[in-house]
Amino acid sequence: MAQSTNSEVEALAGREYEHGFITDVEEERIPKGLSEDTVRLISAKKDEPEWLLEWRLKAYRRFLQMLAEDNEPTWANVDYPPIDYQDMYYYAAPKARDELDSLDEVDPEIRATYDKLGIPIAEQERLAGVKIAVDAVFDSVSVATTYKEELNKQGIIFGSFSDAVKEHPELVRKYLGSVVPYSDNFFTALNSAVFSDGSFAYIPKGVRCPMELSTYFRINANETGQFERTLIIAEDSSYVSYLEGCTAPMRDENQLHAAVVELVALDDAEIKYSTVQNWYPGDKDGKGGIYNFVTKRGACRGKRSKISWTQVETGSAITWKYPSCILQGDDSVGEFYSVALTNNKQQADTGTKMIHIGKNTTSTIISKGISAGRGQQSYRGLVRIGPKAHGARNYSQCDSLLLGDECGAHTFPYLEVKNANSTVEHEATTSKISEDQLFYCMQRGLSEEDAISMIVNGFCKEVLRELPMEFAVEAQNLLGVSLEGAVG
Amino acid sequence: MSSLLDANERFVALADAIAARDAHPGDAITSLRETGRAAFAERGLPHTRLEEWRYTNLAPLSGLSLEPPSEDGRIDRSLLESLATPVFACGLAVFINGRPQEALGGLPAGDVSLTSLRDADPGTAGRLVDVKQHPLAALSAATTEDGIVVQIPAGVALEHPVHLVFVSSSPDAPSVSSPRVVIEAGAGSRAVVIQDHVSVAGGHAHFTNAVTEVHAGANSDLQLAVIQREDDADIHASNVAVHQERDSRFASHVITLGGRLVRNDLNVVLAGSGAECTMNGLYLGTGDRLIDNHTLVDHAVPHCTSHELYKGVLADDSRGVFRGRVVVRPDAQKTDATQQNPNLLLSDGTEIDTKPQLEIYADDVKCSHGSAIGRIDEEALFYMRARGIGQRDARALLTRGFAAEILATLPGEALAEALTADFVARMTGGTGA
Amino acid sequence: MGDTLLEIQNLHARAGDAQILNGIDLTIRPGEVHAIMGPNGSGKSTLAGVLSGRPGYTVTDGSVRFEEKNLLELEAEERAREGIFLAFQYPVEIPGVTNNYFLKASVNAIREHRGEESLDAIDFLSMAKEKMAIVEMPKDLMARSVNEGFSGGEKKRNEVLQMLLLEPKLAILDETDSGLDIDALRVVASGVNALRDENRSMLVITHYQRLLDYIVPDYVHVLAEGRIQRSGGKELAHELEAKGYGWLGLDEGASA
Repeated sequence: MAQSTNSEVEALAGREYEHGFITDVEEERIPKGLSEDTVRLISAKKDEPEWLLEWRLKAYRRFLQMLAEDNEPTWANVDYPPIDYQDMYYYAAPKARDELDSLDEVDPEIRATYDKLGIPIAEQERLAGVKIAVDAVFDSVSVATTYKEELNKQGIIFGSFSDAVKEHPELVRKYLGSVVPYSDNFFTALNSAVFSDGSFAYIPKGVRCPMELSTYFRINANETGQFERTLIIAEDSSYVSYLEGCTAPMRDENQLHAAVVELVALDDAEIKYSTVQNWYPGDKDGKGGIYNFVTKRGACRGKRSKISWTQVETGSAITWKYPSCILQGDDSVGEFYSVALTNNKQQADTGTKMIHIGKNTTSTIISKGISAGRGQQSYRGLVRIGPKAHGARNYSQCDSLLLGDECGAHTFPYLEVKNANSTVEHEATTSKISEDQLFYCMQRGLSEEDAISMIVNGFCKEVLRELPMEFAVEAQNLLGVSLEGAVG
Repeated sequence: MSSLLDANERFVALADAIAARDAHPGDAITSLRETGRAAFAERGLPHTRLEEWRYTNLAPLSGLSLEPPSEDGRIDRSLLESLATPVFACGLAVFINGRPQEALGGLPAGDVSLTSLRDADPGTAGRLVDVKQHPLAALSAATTEDGIVVQIPAGVALEHPVHLVFVSSSPDAPSVSSPRVVIEAGAGSRAVVIQDHVSVAGGHAHFTNAVTEVHAGANSDLQLAVIQREDDADIHASNVAVHQERDSRFASHVITLGGRLVRNDLNVVLAGSGAECTMNGLYLGTGDRLIDNHTLVDHAVPHCTSHELYKGVLADDSRGVFRGRVVVRPDAQKTDATQQNPNLLLSDGTEIDTKPQLEIYADDVKCSHGSAIGRIDEEALFYMRARGIGQRDARALLTRGFAAEILATLPGEALAEALTADFVARMTGGTGA
Repeated sequence: MGDTLLEIQNLHARAGDAQILNGIDLTIRPGEVHAIMGPNGSGKSTLAGVLSGRPGYTVTDGSVRFEEKNLLELEAEERAREGIFLAFQYPVEIPGVTNNYFLKASVNAIREHRGEESLDAIDFLSMAKEKMAIVEMPKDLMARSVNEGFSGGEKKRNEVLQMLLLEPKLAILDETDSGLDIDALRVVASGVNALRDENRSMLVITHYQRLLDYIVPDYVHVLAEGRIQRSGGKELAHELEAKGYGWLGLDEGASA
């Protein structure tokens, strides 16, 4: 039985990576390696203003300093060979063409790529009445953005980061690096120096964004790192729901993805940020796969503002990611919902930071980790209640589910409380799918695979129901399960 | 940093002075001192960049100019009785500033053997604590003057607890004592050991740096109560290392009521299948005291159980630190481990840093942990006040209720009652509400 | 063979390393209710486990036929789909999976096997409601996780509810009465009786004669030391209750 359980789990969790194809498109790269020239070249390619180049160069110098001081973070519970930062490409883009006049002019190969991934880069309703605006980022550049015009009518700015630098430099300058300074950590310094593209969204005062905004990141070129930068600003009393998805070809080499995401929510604004991360995880022996070293942070600057992170992390060879909330505004709310699955030799060290500064701030953390194969997974979280955060509340729940006998699950929560007038609760459990549970389900006529799916789904449902419906479907497919009825 | 280096040099000199004072080459103490000195000279006092010391700055210790332990002739039988916790014991051993006082101890020991470490075989002490991993334990070994070996023979069930009283006193200058306790519970034996730390009021700060090693034999049943109720100016470090063999049952009760800076390390290795371990703790912070509890349960083999409950009450500007690690090794299937760390914060100036931590490398396990930080339930407070109980009394009553869960598990009613009274006195004295 | 539902011949089985069943012979025809009684450790639960395909048991000799099939060759879920239902002595908790979802998935897995159409949520619910009334099951238990936080009585009612929904050909009740007070026992028994008809058979495993006052068997077998020591009509149960197992030359609590 134990034998068959393991093989079923392997069959379920070890299904072929579906997005591993390579698109044959002519790409332009700048030479391998990192130097001041690399930074200047990237900036020049994007025709950037001087202040941005200066900012990049400051970040580059900081990165060099950190590299010299051996400041690459080592505290995470992950293990990988040293990365040679000179042995990769920092910029790769499909051959430049003139400004697109319409979405029809997108390179057919690239369009076919997104079609194959099931991502519409056309303005069509996905379901009756449901529109999703998509920004498609291919290696280092944004190749298309849909529904730009329609959103513009309401004053919403949505598109590539590069366009935002050109068209709204004052906004970018005001907010870039204001939540995640370039000097924050080793990977933010690197990203700030060489970031190429990403998405930018601005929701004006009082506007409720009428559709989901989304970005699909695709790494295609080999030996290339992706360093995207996303910035979302929600003005007073606005609302936006943003989704991101990520895929990459199957390659034997490891590729670095070091992104930075900054969110700013002002008074009464709400940002809902969802991720389905499905970077190539490497093969069953741990060969290849993406190193996903990402810094995501949201600032609830305004009173009663809210930032909610939801993530489903199934891909990447190594995940190092802690989407966080800085709860500055009184009565602001931070949420973190996460499902992370590690299989084969995947490693994930993920969690969140909730920094309570304002009065009556509240945060919720629900983290569900599933380890199979030889996967190793850690939850690492910090809840800090500052001395002035009267009435702050946090609730954290971190559960781990083990499938098979060679995987590991670890929990490292840090709770730092400097205000007596606050409440912090943390709970964690670790368990396995028991043979009793499987037999019980099988005695009721369910196959072992369905039984495992059902239990895994039940385990994750508090997180999956936070996803927008369109993404929940994708997430359920990724987890290899049917959600019908078990969620809700 | 320079003061830390400076302190390291002074502490090494202190160790040398103690070793020179009474050298007995070849005995258990000498070998312990030598290993400890070498490890401490290499690593020195820990700093806050180390994960195990992230929240605890040893500046109050490194700032002290410590003297070797002195004799305090004022301590007689009646003073001792007024200080020590009342326990009706079958064996009593008394230490003043880390040196055994045979004149003050000496109850008939019955089936239990109490021996001075000086008379024990070399290698009796130091087997369970890796001084390279524990800098304060290294310092303790380097500066130890004596210790006691408690042996409970196989199959013997002691009717009454063994009471070990450690009195500290620094009438003339800040001084140090580093007592060592070794407990060997034979197969199938049953015993309660109370390690009672008290101090003589007045004088200078005293640094007690105790190390306790517990060997729990197969199917033995041992309870160890570590009571820390020294003066609020004193510094206390305690390192308790436990090695459990198959089917043994071990329970620790670590009660911290006094001390300006207290750091407790409790490391339990569940080395034989079927072993069960219970770890209870209660810490009370008042004034600007800092109490740090670090615990580690190592599930090294299958079918072991561990249950941990550490409760904290923090008042005034006190700080609490808790880090509880539960490690389940790859082969330790069928492990059942729970850990809870609830904290009650009584005033605005308090701070708690807690890090419960599960590291699980086996799959067939049931583990859970939790931490909670909160204040007194306003509803309950109001309910009591509406029944005519004054605010201050109501708070004290509710706090006492919070602590009772731990105090009630202490072995022996007299001990539980005495510590409850001490807890309430120190708490109400401290809140100043 | 049309008149035999289950035929057990010379069944020997081990649980782990221990030899528990030492040659069981038993034939059950459609519509019959057989009771198996016996002291602790006599092999009652092992028999239920072997018939339902529970992991951990090894059949060392003998055969079991269910209708035309060699039962021992089938996986646990295939046996369930063929119509064997085990009411568990200790129903299993499945956190995170609602009872409602679990039961619907189970009913549809079995319907699919029978070539029937899957029930949608609405049809399933109306069917479930009707059956829930029979076992007096509170509605909110459907929305809660399977057996999680259920009382002992609720768990057993949930087992009978599942049996009513799945309409098995052979229901094996493994100590379904243990831990139930008299009222709960009556409810559970009436659920079981609601399912009795000329085609459905039952194997009722119990330690106590009490249950057999409510679910009246056609045959009673006494199991001890891994063999059926004696068979008779329902009056055998009363004799056992009155005289104890010692009457058959068996020690109460003899372990196999």
